[in-house]
Amino acid sequence: MTEEIIIAGFGGQGVLSMGKILAYSGIMQEQEVSWMPSYGPEMRGGTANVTVIISDERISSPILTIFDTAIILNQQSMDKFEKSVKPGGTLIYDPNGITHHPERKDIRIFQIEGAQLAAEMGNTKIFNMIVLGAYMNVKPIVKLENVIKGLKKSLPERYHKLIPLNEDAIRLGMKNVAEIAN
Amino acid sequence: MGELKLMKGNEALAEAAIRAGADAYFGYPITPQSEVIEYLMAEKPYERTGMVVLQAESEIAAINMIYGAAGSGKKVMTSSSSPGISLKQEGLSYIAGAELPCVYANVVRGGPGLGTIQPSQADYFQSTKGGGHGDYRQIVLAPASVQEMADFVKLGFELAFEYRMPVLILADGVIGQMMEKVELFDQMPRLTDDEIAEKYPWATTGKKKGTQRRIITSLALQAHEMEAHNMMLQKKYADVTEKEVRFEAISCEDAEYIIVAYGSSARIAQKTVELARKQGIKAGLFRLITLFPFPSKALQNLCKQGVKGFLAVEMSAGQMVEDVMLSVRGCAKVDHFGRFGGTIHTPEEVLNALKSKIIGG
Amino acid sequence: MTIPSLEEIIKPENLVYEKTDLMTDKALSYCPGCGHGTAHRIIMEVIEELGLEEDTIGIAPVGCSVLAYEFMNIDMTQAAHGRAPAVATGIKRCWPDKIVFTYQGDGDLAAIGTAETIHACNRGEQIVIVFINNGIYGMTGGQMAPTTLPGMKSSTSPYGRDVEMMGNPLKITELVAQLPGTFFVTRQAVHTPAAVRKAKKALKKAFENQKDKKPGVSFVEIVSNCNSGWKMTPVDANKWMEENMFPYYPMGDIKVDGQLVK
Ligand SMILES: Cc1ncc(C[n+]2csc(CCOP(=O)(O)OP(=O)(O)O)c2C)c(N)n1
Ligand code: SF4
Repeated sequence: MTEEIIIAGFGGQGVLSMGKILAYSGIMQEQEVSWMPSYGPEMRGGTANVTVIISDERISSPILTIFDTAIILNQQSMDKFEKSVKPGGTLIYDPNGITHHPERKDIRIFQIEGAQLAAEMGNTKIFNMIVLGAYMNVKPIVKLENVIKGLKKSLPERYHKLIPLNEDAIRLGMKNVAEIAN
Repeated sequence: MGELKLMKGNEALAEAAIRAGADAYFGYPITPQSEVIEYLMAEKPYERTGMVVLQAESEIAAINMIYGAAGSGKKVMTSSSSPGISLKQEGLSYIAGAELPCVYANVVRGGPGLGTIQPSQADYFQSTKGGGHGDYRQIVLAPASVQEMADFVKLGFELAFEYRMPVLILADGVIGQMMEKVELFDQMPRLTDDEIAEKYPWATTGKKKGTQRRIITSLALQAHEMEAHNMMLQKKYADVTEKEVRFEAISCEDAEYIIVAYGSSARIAQKTVELARKQGIKAGLFRLITLFPFPSKALQNLCKQGVKGFLAVEMSAGQMVEDVMLSVRGCAKVDHFGRFGGTIHTPEEVLNALKSKIIGG
Repeated sequence: MTIPSLEEIIKPENLVYEKTDLMTDKALSYCPGCGHGTAHRIIMEVIEELGLEEDTIGIAPVGCSVLAYEFMNIDMTQAAHGRAPAVATGIKRCWPDKIVFTYQGDGDLAAIGTAETIHACNRGEQIVIVFINNGIYGMTGGQMAPTTLPGMKSSTSPYGRDVEMMGNPLKITELVAQLPGTFFVTRQAVHTPAAVRKAKKALKKAFENQKDKKPGVSFVEIVSNCNSGWKMTPVDANKWMEENMFPYYPMGDIKVDGQLVK
């Protein structure tokens, strides 16, 4: 099994940390992982994206042009990465702020109202965890228990009290992700 | 099994320095490797192991701090990225001339000049052909994973002290910035001052009564003395070439076409080999681990085995390819492919180049 | 009340302020609230008011203001990190009638380029040095600068600057004032309209000195904020600057017409 994922959105949406949590979870279930961010001047206020690979085998290129799954959180990223999903692959997106919805017929497309749900929960910081939940439902590759384990290992002790909130957000995302008829 | 962590290449390099029992790190911030000194400053190795960390006022100052500390027998490291490495060249030449051990890393970015902060492999000539002035060499290790960023620090110090010469860890922005799983080796003790004095009799640790004083220098006023010193250095480099070649051959046993690459280009090319094999092309990957010494003999042997062509893939306009040509000496076709100036080639681009330049061409 | 149209608002008689042509129309790449933009503008206004634009060559450093050459609409050279005073020396020695100035951050001028700074000042080069002191490395993401205050946090002093380990903040402006080669040395700010007016006056004096071939360097420090690097809002950053930077780096002239005044 090898899962090649691109997560793309604005800096500040928690794109990079969502990728990190996914990668950490992969380690917790004894898989190989790589996490490659876009870095450089475009980071300041602009778009951010990260390629995450989870695999049972040694990972070759950490840099890819086509992906099994694209998680897309703004319009620029939709314009850039809709075409980068492998035929038969998966695209998950938050419709908030999207003006041109994905049109491909050869992939599965899912929506998660992450921004709205986060606002309803009164905490925009857990937006990325809701989206992560959506991904975990659509692609059950990392297990929830391993995500929690990963969070415990990667977060400083003083943030551990926030883990239940993150878990709730993941469950909310799992419940609310919806496939778009295609 | 050692401790498993998810780390950036730059962080792994820093953590490995602490664990390898380094005595000091001196550096100056520059993208894309500032995480090395940032990690060390946050980690407080002076509390963990007594290791010194200092932000110098420039790369010139940093490399000369290395020169001083290495001359007194300490295990010391610095790191930078291309423009900063250029500044260090004078100091490195002195370190090579005075035969001092040190490890340093170049997390290469696009050049020339101030260039770009995106990844590149365009410092190959500088790294393998001297860089600074004079007839000197350094061992160049090219990590292709975060794991190797950590492991090569330990290996680098072993080689640096065995041969008393600088060891360069030649990475690039991809390896520095990406995160992977790393298994960290256990903490090694730092040598005590007495151990240093005993193990390294050449080091300036203070002249004891009735003993010879030690002088760390690269100067010889007489030309014939300098020639003798150079001949001794050359013998050492020949010895290194004989014993320290490292590479990895992936799917090369039956390969007709071989991609030669190092660092992040090797990772990309490995994917190309997977794609090529799916299309029935007998492709292999020859991954360079040491760039100096260069695995010339191994490449010649592949030639004898019947390989029809080699594609050197590197993020430069064509530097490492020259060493492939010198190794193969015309017995098979050699060509180059690579994006450069901070642009990264994709596995598909490499496959197309393999087809058009080597297989079809 | 009807809202006037845009055309009505920008009628010539309504204009109270005009951007100097010596600033290009490029959008500044600086973070909102950063002092670099204001400093650029007043330097360019001074050059325009003194009619020097055709004879001026500016040197951009490496730092956030590396792109100064995109914004300053005059001949510019971009120097390697820290080497601007040497680059300026090279130009001024070959073109003694030109007006030459450097624009440098604290990392550029007071860390990697300390030697170039001191020696250009000591040789008494007839140049203007504009020194933006924001107490941090803005461009590379907030590492400690030579001017970072004791206890101040940065990404390479994450527990606050420990002066025993990392040294003391360098008052390089006071230091160069001691050298016989400096003619005018002053410290200014650009965070309020009043401060901007004063800073502009100081810059004007600096460029006039060079125009009048007064012996030595005119050195203008501008204490500025780096709200991104300090991780504050622009407003908080300016307040923090007044409360913490100004006591350590006091405003005002240090040396005038070759005489120490402080
Ligand atoms: C030789 C060399 N070393 C390091 C760097 C990386 N670098 C770029 S800007 C900078 C510091 C900038 O700080 P400062 O001069 O204070 O200017 P600011 O960005 O705060 O305006 C550094 C270390 C470089 N470009 N060249
Ligand atoms: S990082 Fe700091 S110095 Fe640079 S533009 Fe932003 S506020 Fe200004």
